[in-house]
Amino acid sequence: MTEPIVRLQNVNKFFGDNHVIKNLDLDIEEGEFLTLLGPSGCGKTTILRMIAGFEDATSGVITVEGEHVEDKEAFERDVNTVFQSYALFPHMTVYDNIAYGLTVKKVPKPEIKERVREMLELVQLMGFEGRRPDMMSGGQKQRVAIARALINNPKVLLLDEPLGALDLQLRKQMQIELKRLQQKLNITFVYVTHDQEEAMTMSDRIAVMRGGVIEHLATPKEIYGRPKTRFVAGFIGESNLFSGTVASVEGDRAIVDTDVGRGMMPAEDFKPGDPVHLCVRPEVMQYSTQPVDGFTISGQVKNMIFVGSQYRTLLEQPGHPDVKINRVKVDNSYREGDVLYLHWALDDVTGIRAKEDSDGE
Amino acid sequence: MEGTVTKQRLSKRLRRKRAGRIGGNVFAILVYAFIYTPIAVMIIFSFNDQNNNYYWKGFTWRWYEKLFTHSDLMPYLVNTLIVAFFAVLLSLVIGVLGAVGLSRFEFKLKKMVSNSLYIPIVVPEVVLGISILMLYETAHFPLGLPAVILAHVTFSVPFVIIIMRGRLSGMDMSVEEASQDLGANRVVTFFRITLPLLIPGILSSAFMVLTLSIDDVIITNFVSGPYSTTLPVKILSMVKVGLKPEVNALTTLMVLVLVIGILVNQVVQSLLAKRAKTNTKVYF
Ligand SMILES: Nc1ncnc2c1ncn2[C@@H]1O[C@H](COP(=O)(O)OP(=O)(O)O)[C@@H](O)[C@H]1O
Ligand SMILES: [Mg+2]
Repeated sequence: MTEPIVRLQNVNKFFGDNHVIKNLDLDIEEGEFLTLLGPSGCGKTTILRMIAGFEDATSGVITVEGEHVEDKEAFERDVNTVFQSYALFPHMTVYDNIAYGLTVKKVPKPEIKERVREMLELVQLMGFEGRRPDMMSGGQKQRVAIARALINNPKVLLLDEPLGALDLQLRKQMQIELKRLQQKLNITFVYVTHDQEEAMTMSDRIAVMRGGVIEHLATPKEIYGRPKTRFVAGFIGESNLFSGTVASVEGDRAIVDTDVGRGMMPAEDFKPGDPVHLCVRPEVMQYSTQPVDGFTISGQVKNMIFVGSQYRTLLEQPGHPDVKINRVKVDNSYREGDVLYLHWALDDVTGIRAKEDSDGE
Repeated sequence: MEGTVTKQRLSKRLRRKRAGRIGGNVFAILVYAFIYTPIAVMIIFSFNDQNNNYYWKGFTWRWYEKLFTHSDLMPYLVNTLIVAFFAVLLSLVIGVLGAVGLSRFEFKLKKMVSNSLYIPIVVPEVVLGISILMLYETAHFPLGLPAVILAHVTFSVPFVIIIMRGRLSGMDMSVEEASQDLGANRVVTFFRITLPLLIPGILSSAFMVLTLSIDDVIITNFVSGPYSTTLPVKILSMVKVGLKPEVNALTTLMVLVLVIGILVNQVVQSLLAKRAKTNTKVYF
């Protein structure tokens, strides 16, 4: 294991009385695509700005390549940023925008020319060098912003919702391009987004944030399959959540009494009496017309809809959010108003230990 | 049936709209007439072949000739231009830097500093003139052109700061951060990014200070010594003994210069914009 390229240790940030980043620890490995994912206002931009040098941490240590950066100005740090608003220089051509980093470092002109050409090829903007930013589309501006940051060969590239202003189709295309770029150049990307699908598509690891705290840091697969907190389960993908307490533990399985009935989950190190949330994804939620051993959760079919790529069934449960079931194929064995009994495989359920503090609901 | 009803309503609405437009135009014409009639009268009378300005007698270049051949007004014009030039230069430097400081840095007393900007603007000019004069006396600062220039800078800087601060707050700050992010320190960032983006604001400020300076009578009157009287002060003292047509000629020339200045400014700005759009430089 090599040393992390960026390391935040016990970092706190206050804006006045507003405690925006709370005791944050984060290790970013060299060459990885790490995404900070969370709802608006949770502190993602603030973390990027502290790494870039635009904000000072109120307390804690930030290192880049093992070096403390507290005393380094933004212009002295080996990281570059792709800003949310692109922040292209409106009075300069695309060429001058991209060349800027090298120009201010007084790199010889022929070398700048060569590097700008490389960058234009990299982001597929050859022929645009004489344009001004205001004569370009959003996607093109975005590419200029990326090229302008990459020309400095940064150790780490920070990207703050770079695709936020693009329409869906372009966004999807740029997601793939960005990922390809990152792999090709083998640069560490720290990527900020509030779009969980985008995070899933691109990241090696995702840090799911809420209220200035990282709730879960893991690979997309792990986060989806084994969400650590109730918030993560709800924020990443769709999920069915049942809250309850462990009734008993029998070997490798635990029986849980939820507010809508009884269910099962892997025992792990749960003990009887532990409060727990059960999380079952809609595509692995199973159902039958007869009760299944160990489960007593049921619901009445409220409606069945085709949502484009799959069929969704909503089951109504009094005093509880609707249970979602997603299937690629339509199942005609039940109709609206029928009662279905729910169950799941032990592999498909995640028991989330309920904590008084972080769960909110 | 329904169709005709809508049509009638529509045309009624259109008629009302048209009436509004005509009314608006008439109003605009009146306003412009109110503003420009005195200037027009002055220009016309500068060609009037008569020693006073009461009625039209005939066309002549006489006053312009007199102005250029044997007039005692030229030194005052030179004074005015010197004062205006340095007032513009100094208040731009102070004002632009001040505005950048006020909008980009946090410091104690910032609120006080920024509120006190309005004091020189709201204080009556007579008061400001007297205070500046008293200051000069106490400091034994000799009255003369430098004294006039400094006084003009005093009342111009707040205007520059207010104009520039508006521009700065409308400017996306992230371009400055982007510049630093790419390795440019604060000074380089200021000259390569902030300043070029502020050019339009700087031009407007320059025009503002220019007119304030050329216009000023009261404060200048206090602080100009015997050899540094500016044109407006001189003109004012001249008209006390009656209007002279050569003053009309002179002010007509000043209006002409200003109009040319405005035109040049616009041509330059549109040329800049055009050059930006049709960039044909070959890069590779
Ligand atoms: N310059 C600032 N001054 C005061 N509060 C700020 C500033 N920047 C951000 N905040 C606050 O910090 C919190 C986190 O903001 P931010 O990091 O921008 O969130 P995100 O990028 O996740 O949407 C928000 O509550 C925001 O209001
Ligand atoms: Mg943000």
